[in-house]
Amino acid sequence: MIECEDLSKKYNGDFWAVDGVSLHVQPGQILALLGQNGAGKTTTVRMLTALISPTRGWARVAGYDVVKQPQEVRANVGVLTEQHGLYMRMTGEEYLEFFGKVYGLDAETRRRRTEYLLEYFGLAEAAQKRSGEYSKGMKQKLALARALIHDPSVLLLDEPTSAMDPESAQLVRNEIARLRSSKRTIIICTHNLAEAEALADQIAIIYRGRILLNGSLEELKRRVLGPVEYEARFAEPFEAGELNLPEGVEVASRSATSLRFRVEAPLAVNPQIVQELTSRRAPLVSFQEVSRKLEQVYLKTMAEAQGVTYAA
Amino acid sequence: MRRSWDAIWLVAQREFKDQIRDWRIVVPMAFLVLVFPFIADDTTRQAISFMNRYGGGLILDNLIPFVILVIGFFPLSFTLVVALEAFVGEKERGTIEPLLSSPLEDVHLYLGKLLVGVTTPLLFSYLSIGIYLILVSRRNVEFPSAYMLALILLLTFAHAVLMVSAAIVISVQATTIRAANLMASFVVVPVAFLLQGETMLIFWGNEDVLWFAILAVVLLAGLLVRLGLAHFKREYLLGREIDTLDFKGMYRVFRAQFVGGAKSIFEWYRVAVFDAVGRMKQPIFIVVVLGVVAVLAAYFWVVAELPPYLSNSPERMESFQQMVGDNLTLLEQFQEHVPAPLLFLYNTRTTIVFLLMGLVSFGTLGLTLFLMNFALIGGVLGVANLIGFSPLLAFAAGVLPHGVFELTAVILATAGMLKVGALLVSPNTERSIGETLLLALADWFKVFIGLVVPLLAIAAVIEVYLTPVLIKLAFPFL
Repeated sequence: MIECEDLSKKYNGDFWAVDGVSLHVQPGQILALLGQNGAGKTTTVRMLTALISPTRGWARVAGYDVVKQPQEVRANVGVLTEQHGLYMRMTGEEYLEFFGKVYGLDAETRRRRTEYLLEYFGLAEAAQKRSGEYSKGMKQKLALARALIHDPSVLLLDEPTSAMDPESAQLVRNEIARLRSSKRTIIICTHNLAEAEALADQIAIIYRGRILLNGSLEELKRRVLGPVEYEARFAEPFEAGELNLPEGVEVASRSATSLRFRVEAPLAVNPQIVQELTSRRAPLVSFQEVSRKLEQVYLKTMAEAQGVTYAA
Repeated sequence: MRRSWDAIWLVAQREFKDQIRDWRIVVPMAFLVLVFPFIADDTTRQAISFMNRYGGGLILDNLIPFVILVIGFFPLSFTLVVALEAFVGEKERGTIEPLLSSPLEDVHLYLGKLLVGVTTPLLFSYLSIGIYLILVSRRNVEFPSAYMLALILLLTFAHAVLMVSAAIVISVQATTIRAANLMASFVVVPVAFLLQGETMLIFWGNEDVLWFAILAVVLLAGLLVRLGLAHFKREYLLGREIDTLDFKGMYRVFRAQFVGGAKSIFEWYRVAVFDAVGRMKQPIFIVVVLGVVAVLAAYFWVVAELPPYLSNSPERMESFQQMVGDNLTLLEQFQEHVPAPLLFLYNTRTTIVFLLMGLVSFGTLGLTLFLMNFALIGGVLGVANLIGFSPLLAFAAGVLPHGVFELTAVILATAGMLKVGALLVSPNTERSIGETLLLALADWFKVFIGLVVPLLAIAAVIEVYLTPVLIKLAFPFL
């Protein structure tokens, strides 16, 4: 579990790199931390790893206080850093063996975990090669294997699939999803919004050290983009005229072959909308929710934070 | 304890393997280590031939220990690069963060790096020395005793620990490998000077004197390790990307500590100067006790050791008395030769030298100079006793009047300097070394300007105008 309240870090006397961040991530949940470069994602993660001490606020990771029990925090957290951080003259196997020792695993566990991770990430054949000879994607996979070597209960992953080919990225995403199902608590820092959308249970958007938004994807969409929209598409041009719509429904936009409705309570009112359209003999082809992406939420939030107009 | 050692060994072992796998490190080092003993052997041959022809027995007798010392130092200087990049290199290559994110403790990381940093240069040094000894054993020259050889090897070990501990401190503080390498001179040059001093000990002293050099170097190395550990902070290793000299910021920190928020000179004395003196109680006590011990030790040593030396030779006694008499007659012209402002400047300069020596040695060299000065007082009083004057009267008339001010000033300056050294090696991860040093120096300068300088000025006037008169009164027969 990861919990922090008012977590803040000040540098050079007056620059707040992170300012009042509060997060609560339960076991079995993934939180995606989104933000521009320099927004404070890495500083937040470093505070949660007990690498740097907060100027204000508190954080508990895996049940340990990051200020009072830094060793315990570090022993229970798996970290994938922004740079892969591999020792280029070590082979993949030696590297995982080394970190297994660093995390105090016994010889048998080390061997078992090393074999499993090398096999899982498709590195078994390259296990005896020095990591300096690996491709970018292989290096990233080995770094991720390092973060998992001690089977940590909390994972802090900075750009876990960057530089990976689509197959490898999918493999890593599957592993992250598997870890979630085994009740790990995970924070991912990423610029890959599709990945965040696919994996995260909770999304937090950070800007200039402050959390602008935090919640589930659906909550964020509702909060930033407004109520859900549904679109009715017609087989041929249809003049709807004045529709008799139920309370809480408004027409968002219309064209000759489609109508969009902004709906507060779709379960209750959607059947009434469809009934109204069919009663007017509308040549209805489909009636479905308009898909809204995390990207829209993110870009609109950032645009508002920067005081510029968001062009959808 | 066992776990700690395992963790330290783990860090050292990985780094060691990393080095021996890098041919760019191994090949040049091995080449230099193998070639240098041959050059040194040839130099020895030429030196032997030169001295056999033109004389120089003293040099010839101690030539081998000297060359061994130099050969030991040589690999240390070029393998220092390993220690210099211990932390900053990992930072630059991006490998430091996974290591820092692990449960390894600061002391494991630090001592692991230190261990490999010392072991590698030392291996090369001893290898180089070994090759040289084999080569030189063929020459017709006096071979050093096993005891002397052991001392030189120990001294080389002490050099390695000193240089590597300093290099590791640099490596933690530097933000780039380039900056760390540039700062290598601050390690190599002082040790080269130290080597010259030790060479003098080898040529002019006896073997046992080398123990003092070994102890001094080990003490300094220990203090450097303590300094590095005291200020080791994971955050600094990750946080700083570039080095910027923030003169404004430095001035702000220094000024705030120096002024202490005082609005007037009286308030400054109350809230800043006396407060700083109050925080110096412990070093003042230590300095006073050591000062008294130095005076008494020197006094009793002179009284006990000098008479047999003088009585063995009447000529020596005569010239000794002549020298004392000449110096005392100079008292009459003291004001002409040494005006008060000059004396004041000399004493002020001396206290600043104490500080500077203390800064490069965590207070130890400054304290040594202080003790030498106090020992001189004891020695002079001992001599006064030997030539028939009352040492108490000599002290009361010749030292006490200006000494009340001068010795107080020197004690305050030395205690302040010790405090600077102590603060540097005290664990404080909240402040950087630079910030700690700046604050400690501000405290020192507060005491220096507020108390030491005025006291030295008063002392200089008394010493020039009053002390000679009092000596004359106390010893009218002079």
